[in-house]
Amino acid sequence: MQRYSFAKRWRLHVPIAPIVLLALSPIVVLIALATQEPLEFGSRNWRILGNTVGLTALTVLGAVAIGAPLAFATTCLKLRRAGLVLAMLVFPLAVPSYIGAFAYFAATGPGGEIENLFGIAPPEVRGLFGTAWVMTLYTFPFVVLSVRASLLRLDAGLVESGRTLGLTPLGTLSHVIFPRIRGGIASGALLVALYTLSDFATPAILGFDTFTRAIYVEYNAFGLSRAAWLSLQLLLLVLVVLTFESRAKTVRENPGRTLRWNPLPATKFCIFISTTLIWISSVGLPFVLFFIWIKREGVRSFEPSILLHSVVPAGLAAFCAVIVALPLAQAASYGGRTENWMLRLTSFGFGIPGIVMGTALVYVGLHLPWMYQTTAMLVLGYVLRFLPLATGSLREGLDRLENSLSAAARSLGASPFETFRRVKLPLIMPAALSGAALIFLEAMRELPLTLLLRPTGMETLTTRLWQVYEAGYFGDAAIPGLLLIFTSFIAMLLFIRTERLLRLAPEAET
Amino acid sequence: MLSIETLNIHYGDVHVVRNLNLHIAKGEILALVGPTGCGKSSALRAIAGLLEPSKGEIRIDGQATTNDNFVPPEKRSAGMVFQDFALFPHLNVEENVGFRVSESSQVDLWLSNLGLKAFRESMPETLSGGQKQRVALARSLAHQPKLLLLDEPLSNLDAALKIDLRLQIRHAIKKAGVTAIWVTHDQNEAMAIGDRVAVMREGRIVQVDTPEKCYEAPNSRFVAKFFGDGSFLKGIASETGAETAIGLHPFVHTNGAFLPSANSVSQVEVLIRPHDIDLIEETPGNATVQTQAYEGETRHYLVQLDSGETLEARLSHEHRIQPETRVRAVVKSRHPLVAFHLKKNQPST
Repeated sequence: MQRYSFAKRWRLHVPIAPIVLLALSPIVVLIALATQEPLEFGSRNWRILGNTVGLTALTVLGAVAIGAPLAFATTCLKLRRAGLVLAMLVFPLAVPSYIGAFAYFAATGPGGEIENLFGIAPPEVRGLFGTAWVMTLYTFPFVVLSVRASLLRLDAGLVESGRTLGLTPLGTLSHVIFPRIRGGIASGALLVALYTLSDFATPAILGFDTFTRAIYVEYNAFGLSRAAWLSLQLLLLVLVVLTFESRAKTVRENPGRTLRWNPLPATKFCIFISTTLIWISSVGLPFVLFFIWIKREGVRSFEPSILLHSVVPAGLAAFCAVIVALPLAQAASYGGRTENWMLRLTSFGFGIPGIVMGTALVYVGLHLPWMYQTTAMLVLGYVLRFLPLATGSLREGLDRLENSLSAAARSLGASPFETFRRVKLPLIMPAALSGAALIFLEAMRELPLTLLLRPTGMETLTTRLWQVYEAGYFGDAAIPGLLLIFTSFIAMLLFIRTERLLRLAPEAET
Repeated sequence: MLSIETLNIHYGDVHVVRNLNLHIAKGEILALVGPTGCGKSSALRAIAGLLEPSKGEIRIDGQATTNDNFVPPEKRSAGMVFQDFALFPHLNVEENVGFRVSESSQVDLWLSNLGLKAFRESMPETLSGGQKQRVALARSLAHQPKLLLLDEPLSNLDAALKIDLRLQIRHAIKKAGVTAIWVTHDQNEAMAIGDRVAVMREGRIVQVDTPEKCYEAPNSRFVAKFFGDGSFLKGIASETGAETAIGLHPFVHTNGAFLPSANSVSQVEVLIRPHDIDLIEETPGNATVQTQAYEGETRHYLVQLDSGETLEARLSHEHRIQPETRVRAVVKSRHPLVAFHLKKNQPST
């Protein structure tokens, strides 16, 4: 690509450097905070590590076991209403996993809603297996989508030539298809791992001691230093996953026909049954519960101000993040090595679990009393965490924009500002809007960060749900829960449309 | 109108333009031609102000720009036509052409001059390549630049379209009376559109001349080869002409002040274009036909002279000489041939 240098490169770096520093500040803060006390790694710590790794491993296994076959079924088998089946399988992404956890918490076990309704108490969904089950239900669509993407890239000709060389259908599955979609499975699995590691509310609600839950417990007990130490350990795990993710390669296939097989009736029946069961247990259960509660207790307990408290900070965060992301994306689209690294560093924020980011910023807040527990602090937290969604989106927009367009505007006599206003801005507006929308929706449903950073007494949809869980007035969760599902649903649509699901990290240097 | 003094451009450690000097008169079209990577596009961008040179002065209509006094592109009044057209995708044809034009008459004028009236409201993505390039040209001309810079304007278009469009563009530039530099890697295009042609090689300008001079009197083997096929035969130059394996011929020198005199003989290489040659089927002759290729209007032959040298010839398609046939190769052109002085240790490029 041709590069046009209007300005010396360092002029680009000046506005970015503070953003990069700010994005990295949580990690510096955590290190400073953790080292205030001697770092211990005791038996409890071992147990937390074991729990976290165990939960992640089980969830990944479960998600792949459910996701990969169903992705194959919906992509490569001739099914009636394959689109509907696929939509049903992706829909769980629209339910934040903590809502699922909350529903299982309220429904199962002695005294749960199921016992109230049917008189029989199903076993409690708690602990390692219960948590892994719930996590799996809400993360397996990541695997469905990424495997589906690789299957769509797979040329049917490959499979057919396998058959002409003497392979059985099952033989082509293991010798031809599986090797081609391994990358897709891996990238889906890594997303699931990342999600599981960062999730706070699911293990917390289901009473399973992972890093995120332990950090919150320490935070509540004023053990900020301990919380920071645990946070660093969790970050290390995240970093391992991110490293794998940046190495995961998806094979570029030549475009061709997609594979289409006729399924056996028994296979069709299995797909039908499993999809229905998964949908009932992931999506049906919370919906049924929420509607039962609304019917029983009405909607009086819901204060509209809660919605406002969710919308305003999320909206501010979306706006600020796009503004901040603009120079970053601009610099990265020049394609230099330095700029790419800067973008990578800021995108690390998305890998930092909400609870970890929250811990770091609470500590910052303690030293900046004018910031502590203000909406500004909450917005800052959202911006740091979700900035990469905006830079990614903007960068895509800028990359599509040919360099020669600015050059053309300049040589027609437009100043740099006029060029930006009349050429660049209108052209990247759609990308900026979709980035902003994505951040808005993500911030709306973010729980731990909101819990830690919100101004005292300000209830949002997510903190309301948390409060209900802690107080046990389940009925009050119905409206916030449904609103959150609605929010997530829109976010999911945007997410899938931009296919960002499959590309979390920014592209490597070209 | 435009003068460039010792222009130097570096990309990191790569020195892409070296001590370039160029002077262009008002209203002149200069074709800047050279192989890919010779630095011609970089030179053009530096003139436009889209790239900062490492050294040198560019003076456009009296306005000087140097490194210490860098004039940004929008203040240079140098319009640029890009290889990829660079039409603003969110604006229609009329809005593109009138991007920063205050008088709408200019927009109308160039839309009609370039046959774009019917496409006023069209969005760029609905246009064909040739239409896009005409819009790009109309846009530049409607802004009334002092200098028009064209960066390989035809290289993204179909071959069939190129010849027609290059004449249209040349015509429009002449009509506007604007001074222009037209960068291309296509020597035929350069000869067809340039009042003068500047040939660049490895960052340097090696010859600036009319198209005729560049073809007929190249000042180096590089320029000679760049503008067309040809063979070089060794010869001994004297007052009467150059004696080569196929006979004695009058010649001119273009690379140096060598003047043959009665008492000096000198070794030279003589440029022979394929159409300078005739092949006569004859034994013993002086050469053997190696290959024959049918080209439609002509046939192309490669023959090996008895001296060991090979020679290209392009004859009418009517007669076919089979490979292995013995022939006599003779020079049929009446004009003097170009001879290059063969210095000792000179690389024969």
